[in-house]
Amino acid sequence: MGEAIVVTSGKGGVGKTTTSANIGTALALLGQKVCMVDTDIGLRNLDVVMGLENRIVYDLIDVAEGRCRVNQALIKDKRFDELYMLPAAQTKDKNDVSPEQVKQIVDSLKPDFDYIIIDCPAGIEQGFRNAIAGATQAIVVTTPENAAVRDADRVIGLLEKSHIASPKLVINRIRPNMMKSGDMLEIDDICQVLAIDLLGIVPDDEMVIKAANQGEPTVMNPNSRAAIAYRNIARRILGETVPLSQLEEKAGMFRKVKKFLGMG
Amino acid sequence: MAGKSHITIKGTKDGLVFLLDDDCEFDALLSELGTKLDKHAQQFTGPIIHVFIKLGDRQLDEEDQERVRAVLRKQGNLLIQSIESNPPEQEPSSLTGPSLHTVAAIVRSGQTLEYDGHLLLLGDVNPGGVVRCTGDVYIIGALRGMAHAGSAGNEDAIIAASSMTPTQLRIADVISRPPDEWTSAEPWMEYAFLKDGKMAIDKMTSLSRHRKDVMQFKGV
Repeated sequence: MGEAIVVTSGKGGVGKTTTSANIGTALALLGQKVCMVDTDIGLRNLDVVMGLENRIVYDLIDVAEGRCRVNQALIKDKRFDELYMLPAAQTKDKNDVSPEQVKQIVDSLKPDFDYIIIDCPAGIEQGFRNAIAGATQAIVVTTPENAAVRDADRVIGLLEKSHIASPKLVINRIRPNMMKSGDMLEIDDICQVLAIDLLGIVPDDEMVIKAANQGEPTVMNPNSRAAIAYRNIARRILGETVPLSQLEEKAGMFRKVKKFLGMG
Repeated sequence: MAGKSHITIKGTKDGLVFLLDDDCEFDALLSELGTKLDKHAQQFTGPIIHVFIKLGDRQLDEEDQERVRAVLRKQGNLLIQSIESNPPEQEPSSLTGPSLHTVAAIVRSGQTLEYDGHLLLLGDVNPGGVVRCTGDVYIIGALRGMAHAGSAGNEDAIIAASSMTPTQLRIADVISRPPDEWTSAEPWMEYAFLKDGKMAIDKMTSLSRHRKDVMQFKGV
């Protein structure tokens, strides 16, 4: 039986879809059978980030309303052995599907996959309730901003009240220089307020934007610092103990020599 | 047995009311009750008479109540309806007054904890979270959200926290916004209270001087 993990945040624009795409892809790279489910009905993005937009025939609503079987709606990502996605509908909205229907669909996927990654829409309304209905675990994505941390706190409260016991935290878009200068919330401060386990930290990386526009998850590019972070998160999901990645900007050769000579 | 009687018997339409003195020795009272009943034994024959016993301020445990019953039971037609004492006087202490609710939780954004009485919270209150009660608020943890003590208007209520960085504090009807009126980043525990109608903060060790009734030392 597979593990269904919902990726949520409360606030919009913190990187839920990017995180879903990259964690899903990273797990597939590690040999897991993965299915990604986009529950952001009416504002579907996961297919765009994955570069699978032009292959959609059926969507989540079609499955929910019985117009097709779930296997017919799944899109296989040909770059990997076992990576599939179930796209959201773009023409309907969140109220056109019920939490029970989503749970049924996710439950029907569980026997065939190791991991089901559910991309949750922003907000805490019907779309959120739909997304968490089928999940057994949750990843809460936040960024080092007060507003994002507040919303993450709210969502953690809602998750803890639901059937999902202990959500895990991913802090996205970290700028090490700003954190060092004290202009950005510290990782420790965020963890202290939210009081849940830290699953990983992801540096702000322009490669993520570039990759998303090309429809290719960042995690496939081993030169990206964000890619390393996502791969580490995937390994932690599989139970490995991986230390948090170093956030410092890559020091140039000149700086390294200076440091070596004790002048840095 | 000399002097004034410790027992007064009154007849009402429901039956007999025995008013027992609450100053004398309990044993003396029992023996007086016995002799009094024996003396009037002939009056206590016939149909069943309901008896209401009023003990005044005297509090009796089960055993002593049974001894009173035993004395009355010797007279076959007396049926005890009730044995009553005046309710014990309320102690004016604030800790024995309202009840204390102990809760272990993290009060997250959008969540509210609300109680009648005092609240002891083991955990944090995050920004956007609210704790509110009619008595004092004690937080073993960080107060980063809003706390409202004495919500029914008690201006003597306090708010205590291990780490005091609230977004807002309220005691009774007084509202205070920390960055404008006061700031605190002290490493020790602090509490907020009303001083001349204004919010004030002091370190926890001052509380014993400010509110002597909080501590009730038993023994030496």
